[in-house]
Amino acid sequence: MASPSIPAGGHGEPSRRDFLMVATGALGAVGTIAVAWPFINNLNPAADTLALSTVEVNVQPIQVGQAVTVKWRGKPLFIRHRTPEEIKTAEAVPLSELRDPQTDNSRVTDTAKKVRPEWLIMIGVCTHLGCVPLGNKPGDPKGPYDGWFCPCHGSAYDTSGRIRQGPAPKNLEIPPYLFTSDTLVRVG
Amino acid sequence: MASTHGTPPVFDNKVIAWIDHRLPIFSYLEKEYHTFPTPRNFNYFWNFGAIATVMLVVMIATGIVLATNYTPHVTMAFDSVERIMRDVPSGWLIRYLHMNGASFFFIAVYIHIFRGLYYGSYKAPRELLWILGVIILLLMMATAFMGYVLPWGQMSFWGATVITNLFSAIPVVGQSIVDWLWGGFAIDNPTLNRFYALHYLLPFVIVGVVALHVVALHVHGSNNPLGIDTKGPQDTVPFHPYYTMKDGFGVAVFLMVYAGFTFFAPNFMGDPANYIPANPLVTPTHIVPEWYFLPFYAILRAIPDKLGGVIAMFGSIGVLFLLPWLDTSRVRSCTFRPIYKWFVFVLVIDVVVLGFCGAHPPEGFWVPLAQLGTLYYFFHFLILLPILGKIERPLPLPPSIAESVLKKAA
Repeated sequence: MASPSIPAGGHGEPSRRDFLMVATGALGAVGTIAVAWPFINNLNPAADTLALSTVEVNVQPIQVGQAVTVKWRGKPLFIRHRTPEEIKTAEAVPLSELRDPQTDNSRVTDTAKKVRPEWLIMIGVCTHLGCVPLGNKPGDPKGPYDGWFCPCHGSAYDTSGRIRQGPAPKNLEIPPYLFTSDTLVRVG
Repeated sequence: MASTHGTPPVFDNKVIAWIDHRLPIFSYLEKEYHTFPTPRNFNYFWNFGAIATVMLVVMIATGIVLATNYTPHVTMAFDSVERIMRDVPSGWLIRYLHMNGASFFFIAVYIHIFRGLYYGSYKAPRELLWILGVIILLLMMATAFMGYVLPWGQMSFWGATVITNLFSAIPVVGQSIVDWLWGGFAIDNPTLNRFYALHYLLPFVIVGVVALHVVALHVHGSNNPLGIDTKGPQDTVPFHPYYTMKDGFGVAVFLMVYAGFTFFAPNFMGDPANYIPANPLVTPTHIVPEWYFLPFYAILRAIPDKLGGVIAMFGSIGVLFLLPWLDTSRVRSCTFRPIYKWFVFVLVIDVVVLGFCGAHPPEGFWVPLAQLGTLYYFFHFLILLPILGKIERPLPLPPSIAESVLKKAA
């Protein structure tokens, strides 16, 4: 009883056996992926880790010229309430002088495109080899550019957190953040 | 190996040939799992060895993944399991697969053992094959017991307390042994930690003994439903494709039943008391082990004496080691043993009844029923088998497998 759609084969035409082999192989491949996926997905961050991936900070108690360090995704987050002098110094630096050119303006814009130059929010991890730079606590050395200074290998960052001296290749990273009100910022 | 076994095989693929000349994996696989002559008259009972192997792999895979999220400390174990169930991506699935996988592993192994009992697969020259199998069963029971403690629920704690306390029945040194097992004066963190380490270790020991079990099998080849030796190529078919495909089909059906329970009734075979965190100061109303231990639990409680019960429980597995020598019949398969075959079914019913006894508190009629069941169990192995083998008149054996198959087709 020959099926009209599945030829008996011969002369290069696919046979019933070929059809069965390909169909079984394809189903087997789909089945393997279906079984493997939960095991691989299992290694993705769990719900509790994801819940900690967003943090909300009330910045109202932070005075002008003060900075706080908040733990975010296992790393320190530097939140600095910049003074007008610090903002002016940062804006005055020509881009040609920067190893990693970025305008100060672009570094203080939130995800809703609102610019708040007085709030500098950065991940406090040196872009060289990962130490936490000094400068966020009162009494910390601020380095030659009056921002942050990494004691491990001497990287110096300015009042916008941009690399000015030392081995670090990039400016301190700005995370995605959103001011949900004038005093509440959601990071991540 | 290839150099001592006739002409070396020829491979078209140069890479495979290069590897095989140095480490003959491919010719080994070709000989043992492709052309290997296998009796042509297997029934579906012969699928369960392959099914058990698949379950072993599933248990190891799900277990390792669970281990990446489990914390073996008394203050955090229960919560870490709940975190796996709720927060870890696909964690609920991996956990239920592991939990139900244990039950289905035992289902496969118990059916596999039944096949051995009914068709005489434990008889010469397969005695050591059978003994290796009983060792695997013991290792599985130890692994399952320790694994059940890890979620640190009420039944985890109290089941472990009851079973480890058994060893105090040993005269003179009993309590010292128990304290040594516990690492303290009660089941507590040291016990949990060592059970976790051993629960991770033993499955790999099982893999090793399974390897020995399969190697022993391949020396003389498989038994078959007629219980008579294969006499030539007319009695056998190559393992691949006939039994790779038949086993594949059987595995698929088994996995569907396994998936049915895992997805639609994941807690059916479990005890709800284990969803309560362990409390050393409150004993649950009924301490019950998982279903696969129930017959042995019934035997333990059937003997009124503490040490007697322990000896009977371990003895019930001990008699399995002696089975090849207890059975005096020269006929392997119950197909040709018209009297004994009914007693095998009685044994199965006996074990099931003992299981029900184990599930109930030892009150009322359950007590004499468990005692009767225990009595029959030991009677079956220690008295019935030796005597019946000598006095039973077996049916005439067919001259060969091929002839028996051809006669049926005619």
